[in-house]
Amino acid sequence: MTEAIQVRGLTKSFGATRALNGLDLSVATGEVHGFLGPNGSGKSTTIRILLGLLRADGGSVELLGGDPWRESAQLHRRLAYVPGDVTMWPNLSGGEAIDLLGRLRGGLDERRRKDLLDRFDLDPTKKGRAYSKGNRQKVAIVAALSSNVELLVLDEPTAGLDPLMEESFREVIRAERQQGRTVLLSSHILAEVEALCQRVSIIRLGKTVETGTLAELRHLTRTSIIAELAGSPNGLAELPSVHNLRVDGSQVSFDVDTAALDESLAALTKVGVRSLVSQPPTLEELFLRHYAAGDGDRG
Amino acid sequence: MSRAGLLGTGQLVRLALRRDRVSLPCWIVVLSVLPPMMGSTYTELYPSVAERAALTDTLGANPSIALLYGPAFDLSSPGGFVAWRIGGFGAVLIALFAIFTVTRHTRAEEDSGRAELLGSTVLGRYAMLTAALIVAGGASLLIGVLQALGLIGIGEPVAGSLALGFGMASAGLVFAGLAAISVQLATYARSANSLAATVVAVAFVLRGVGDATADVPWLSWLSPIGWTQQLRPFAGERWWVFALPVGCAVLFGLIGYLLLPRRDLAAGLLPERAGPARAGGALTGSLGLAWRLQRGSLIGWLVAMMLGGAIMGALADGIGQLLGDSPQVRQIMRQLGGQQAMVDAFLATVAGVFGLLAAMYGVQAALRMRAEEATLRLEPLLATKLSRLRWAAGHLVFAFFGTAVVLLAAGFAMGLAHGFRSADIGGGLTDVLAGSLVQLPASWLLVGLAVVLFGALPHFATAAWGLVAVAILLSLFGPVLRLPQLIVDASPFTHVPKLPGAEITATPLVWLTALVALALGVGLTAFRRRDLA
Repeated sequence: MTEAIQVRGLTKSFGATRALNGLDLSVATGEVHGFLGPNGSGKSTTIRILLGLLRADGGSVELLGGDPWRESAQLHRRLAYVPGDVTMWPNLSGGEAIDLLGRLRGGLDERRRKDLLDRFDLDPTKKGRAYSKGNRQKVAIVAALSSNVELLVLDEPTAGLDPLMEESFREVIRAERQQGRTVLLSSHILAEVEALCQRVSIIRLGKTVETGTLAELRHLTRTSIIAELAGSPNGLAELPSVHNLRVDGSQVSFDVDTAALDESLAALTKVGVRSLVSQPPTLEELFLRHYAAGDGDRG
Repeated sequence: MSRAGLLGTGQLVRLALRRDRVSLPCWIVVLSVLPPMMGSTYTELYPSVAERAALTDTLGANPSIALLYGPAFDLSSPGGFVAWRIGGFGAVLIALFAIFTVTRHTRAEEDSGRAELLGSTVLGRYAMLTAALIVAGGASLLIGVLQALGLIGIGEPVAGSLALGFGMASAGLVFAGLAAISVQLATYARSANSLAATVVAVAFVLRGVGDATADVPWLSWLSPIGWTQQLRPFAGERWWVFALPVGCAVLFGLIGYLLLPRRDLAAGLLPERAGPARAGGALTGSLGLAWRLQRGSLIGWLVAMMLGGAIMGALADGIGQLLGDSPQVRQIMRQLGGQQAMVDAFLATVAGVFGLLAAMYGVQAALRMRAEEATLRLEPLLATKLSRLRWAAGHLVFAFFGTAVVLLAAGFAMGLAHGFRSADIGGGLTDVLAGSLVQLPASWLLVGLAVVLFGALPHFATAAWGLVAVAILLSLFGPVLRLPQLIVDASPFTHVPKLPGAEITATPLVWLTALVALALGVGLTAFRRRDLA
């Protein structure tokens, strides 16, 4: 599988602030890749470096097989970008902005443009400032998706969209995925990430802390177990994979590293299980663990 | 207006002072020290009583000088000289300061969306406007007081010093009041500033024409810029004239307060129309976009400069006969080289002013690049196949060719009008056009320096206005302040041949143009290599 984006050991400082601290990111061609991290963790900085708007201090960056700083204009023919913070020209209508960006990208697909305007219920005749935040976001999304490109770079594209539009957005991205388009999707909306992304990278403090498929990541987290046993539990407390063990007579509850589920269940069945409730980790828990400060060393 | 409407004004005043902690003191210091500095050099320049006595007749009789600086009532004392020399331009500067300050703390805050955030707190409806007026008006009064104290400090009469200082301050008040109206009418901070600055320009021209002509002196009385001088500081003060600016300031302010509740936040009184659903064929690249963003200001400047040029050109031919008719004046005129020389000097002086104005146009056109970058509108553009240099080229076409167009249009209009009046269209046109054309390298150099700042120090790009201000001050006041030649030479306009009248010397034009090319190269290279910021 070829890589659309290949970043290794990326560093970037703004004065004394270190924004990126050895970040790694690899996005395979044809995949929708979730890019997650708490506010200020360096997601937008990474995206700006990928677009050649900022210059990397160190590390290697490859975008669509090229150097995003030196070959930015050539590479940009093959990608489309939705910024996280969309501002519009006050004296240009939304339709004009869409056309301008499309033409600058090397042409836009008229049918898709019309279809997207309908789908997102966007009035293209309003002038820049008359749009609400959500509608400005829609202008940027329509502009990006109207062109036929290999790579979509989306920086929190649905911030400000209503649930209906959010659903439209998911449909469109699913269709893009079917067509083999590569998408880098930075987002805080976990349901969106879960619905769209095959793989995710989680960054914190300018560093990648986790990357993999959602299934792999789930595997790295803990499952909650509540069990009614035949006798008192034996040897559970000694298992390193068991956390937060609580024993109340014959009832036990604990969290267990999902990868090591086997050994804890074996310990339970030795005593005899009357009932068992197992709760798989939610994505929220997964992210909260990585987002919360100081958790990096525990994980 | 109840007290609730003003709730939070104090906090906003503190916020404004915090935001302007660098620029506000700069304005105050520069405007405050000019009069006493000029008064001191006067004493050095004209030590004897005889020399001073002759000034009023010589300088005061020259209409081209009257047009620029205003009527000379009594130039035999340092105070009287300062009041004449600085009254008009000082009032223009303080007027612009007041306008920019009021807009910055009202309309610009609405544009950025910060006003919404502030408005959601416990804040009266009129608090923002009031705070802006307090800051602009307070700073104007402070400038006036400091000017008066400075003049008293160098030994000038108290009455005249107070009249000049408060005359200037009252010009600030009038235009702060005007800005209170313009920020209600316009849809954007930029258009509010242009609207009010246009009124300043019109006021300056009214005063200039009124002062330089014998037939319509009442025109000066229509101009708030002229009132400071009509107070006649150091020349038998006419205190009643204060009623004009103070009454005008109050009236303008009241209109502003009345209009304020009649519009929505972030909207002007003039409604915004819907735009086209599709982009026209011209909007395809950086030049097309730059045209859309810059055409309004280019057309506005073009019209204003051509009007100004036509007025000045029409006045030029009569300039020798207009002011004073004493034998003394006639003798001075002969000394100055006769009427033709005076007309030439007038045309050359006006061409120099056009050069400065064209530089202002060019600098604001170049700084559009910074505005586009700072508002994040540049990012999506550069995420397309558009390269940085191509994007910049679109705006630079306006910054450089636009400057040339504006300057030559002014020269053309002035030459044509002068040619008509002097019944020599061909001769008038070529002379005057040449006089404007030679200004171009100097105007461009300021634009080039703005590009350098944008490329190398984007966060300080607006310092380009500081360079423009320095060039203006050196051109207008450098000779009078007797600054060392080294400092006067720092302004590119010092090196431009004064045409018509003087010999054309190509050398300064060549090296000025070379410097322009260098600045452009440095600025663009720096921009290409830096992070977007």
